[in-house]
Amino acid sequence: MAKPLQYIGQGLLYALFMGVIGYFSTFPAYTHLPPEEALIKLSFSHAGKPKGACRERTPEELAKLPMYQRKVTTICPRERENVVVELEMDGEQLYHVVLEPGGLSHSSISSIYRRIPVKAGTHTLKARLNDNGGDHFNYVHEETVNLDPGRIMLIDFKEGNGGFIFKTHNAT
Amino acid sequence: MIIPIPTESFVRRVLLRLEGILNKIFGNDLNPLYYLGALGFYFFWVVVVSGAYIYAFYKTGIELSYPSVEYLTHEQWYLGGVMRSLHRYASDALVVVMVLHLLREFILGRYRGARWFAWVTGVLLLWMIFAAGINGYWMVWDKLAQYSVVATMEWFDWLPIFSEPMSQSFISREVLNDRFFSLISFAHVTIPLFILFFLWIHIMRISKPVVNPRRRLALGMLLTLLILALVKPVLSQGSADMGIEPVNIDIDWFYLFIHPLLDVWSAGEVWALVIGLSVLLSVLPWLPTRHKQIPKRKQIPVAEVHLKDCSGCRLCVADCPYEAVVMRPRSDGMHFLEEAVVVPDRCVSCGICTGACPSSNAFRSEAGYVSGIEMPSLPISGLRTAMMNDMAKLEGDVRIMVFGCDNAANIQKLRSENVAVLSLPCIAMLPPSFIEYALHEHHVEGVLVTGCRQNDCYHRLGVLWTERRLTAQREPRLRIRAERDRIRQYWAASADLKELESELESFRSGLQRGLGG
Repeated sequence: MAKPLQYIGQGLLYALFMGVIGYFSTFPAYTHLPPEEALIKLSFSHAGKPKGACRERTPEELAKLPMYQRKVTTICPRERENVVVELEMDGEQLYHVVLEPGGLSHSSISSIYRRIPVKAGTHTLKARLNDNGGDHFNYVHEETVNLDPGRIMLIDFKEGNGGFIFKTHNAT
Repeated sequence: MIIPIPTESFVRRVLLRLEGILNKIFGNDLNPLYYLGALGFYFFWVVVVSGAYIYAFYKTGIELSYPSVEYLTHEQWYLGGVMRSLHRYASDALVVVMVLHLLREFILGRYRGARWFAWVTGVLLLWMIFAAGINGYWMVWDKLAQYSVVATMEWFDWLPIFSEPMSQSFISREVLNDRFFSLISFAHVTIPLFILFFLWIHIMRISKPVVNPRRRLALGMLLTLLILALVKPVLSQGSADMGIEPVNIDIDWFYLFIHPLLDVWSAGEVWALVIGLSVLLSVLPWLPTRHKQIPKRKQIPVAEVHLKDCSGCRLCVADCPYEAVVMRPRSDGMHFLEEAVVVPDRCVSCGICTGACPSSNAFRSEAGYVSGIEMPSLPISGLRTAMMNDMAKLEGDVRIMVFGCDNAANIQKLRSENVAVLSLPCIAMLPPSFIEYALHEHHVEGVLVTGCRQNDCYHRLGVLWTERRLTAQREPRLRIRAERDRIRQYWAASADLKELESELESFRSGLQRGLGG
């Protein structure tokens, strides 16, 4: 092949390489969330109540223990209850989950992290949680929120703060 | 005794055609497809150098990282911005050449036998390079970083190894910690160090690895990336905001393609794909194939050293492309210092060591002579006999002996009443004395030596060693008494058979004219 043709060919192939790198390094753009949707993030860790009640050790049980262990007279079961979480939006169930306690003895916390895309707009959200193994939800929180498109609403749970916390202005 | 000629796959034929076109445009010396591994090294170094510059200005912290990158991009666009773009584009180019390198070695069957080691370590490198690349995107802490971090954490949370989901650490600005940026900065330095270490391991079982592309090719690539950096500088996509989900993102598909996949498939399915693909790639060298390139060891035994004929000259060690021959102190009491020893796991039975051994000399008088290092399935005396028998059948005024390679153009198709052929596992298995022997006493009027295309030898160095031996630049040298105008070299892949036939005809005509015919 003649030299000038070779140079032209090389130039074209370098340009092709440049084009491939330049294009796919940013294009095509990816739509991660449809423009009319907002996002609810349900995210928290919470320990369910211990399964069964605590009780006092009997004198016979205490006598069998070494001296240094006899100070603790109350014993509780290690295993914890499942944490049941439900989320309703505008009266319809949006999400339901039963969270098992972590750990080999099921004695640790239950954790959740879930993304739930929803239509943007004004919604009435109701979050419910049961952590004692009973028939009723012992934590309930209801709130009407306005979710802008693309906005992330965080649903947290903190027992010490009274239960669910809806963070609709979760911006930096 | 004859090694079957590998069957040709359609994809391989297409690749060889494409490489043939690139050879015409770039020349064999600069064909980028012959330097994919070396270009990978090269882009890695460009990434390291540009990254070192950016790192000097980079600040770690939720409020610091993004502004520090913005400063480089806009306030110092002429150097910092260019370096940032170069860093990104060289990383992308690294993925391109890495994937092409993997595909090419696969299509050409260069991943079996002793090459399994480079193949498997290459699969590990894939993981590391993607890890370093994805981690790098987080450091910018723009919307793309936010999207990538969250998508990666959600993906990793599927693994049952974390007591609490890692994604919880990225749900809001309040829970995000400055230490995260120290951690990813540390990882972005540490992972490339591991990459460098594994690159060294990747090539440690091959001798004379090509880790640098030709200077002109390297300059061409650098210029290409520089122009791209100036024409389309890399920009951030707005500071990360944990309260707003990135909706439309300009994604780098070379590294981040896995994130959109997570929107289509579940995290478990993507893990199954990634791990399944990695396992499949890792075991590929041992899976059966219709297009076998390197025969199984049970079928073709590895090289054997015959101490009686080994002087410990080290030529076989110098020529072995796979570091499969080593020297050790003499064990047979002869007066030489060392003897050659074959490492069976590394030997692919290419026979290059036999071609390098001075005792493979075809002029030795014994009928059943042996070389100092032999292929048990292709003993040197057997090759000489086969050559002699084939030449004895030749007729006509212009008789030609063709020496070729099993992995290149199929020279069996050149056989005729005045053309004898001898195909070897690699052309460098041919001791130069065989050429002299063929020409000696007019067994034939000419010798044509052929093998894989230049710079693309199936056994890496066979063509180079043959060229150097025939031009008396490397031992064992073709002696001066072998008339050069009666010897022709022409390098031809399996796709170049027609060109080889034309070359043979041209050579025959030249010899005819020389004979006054």
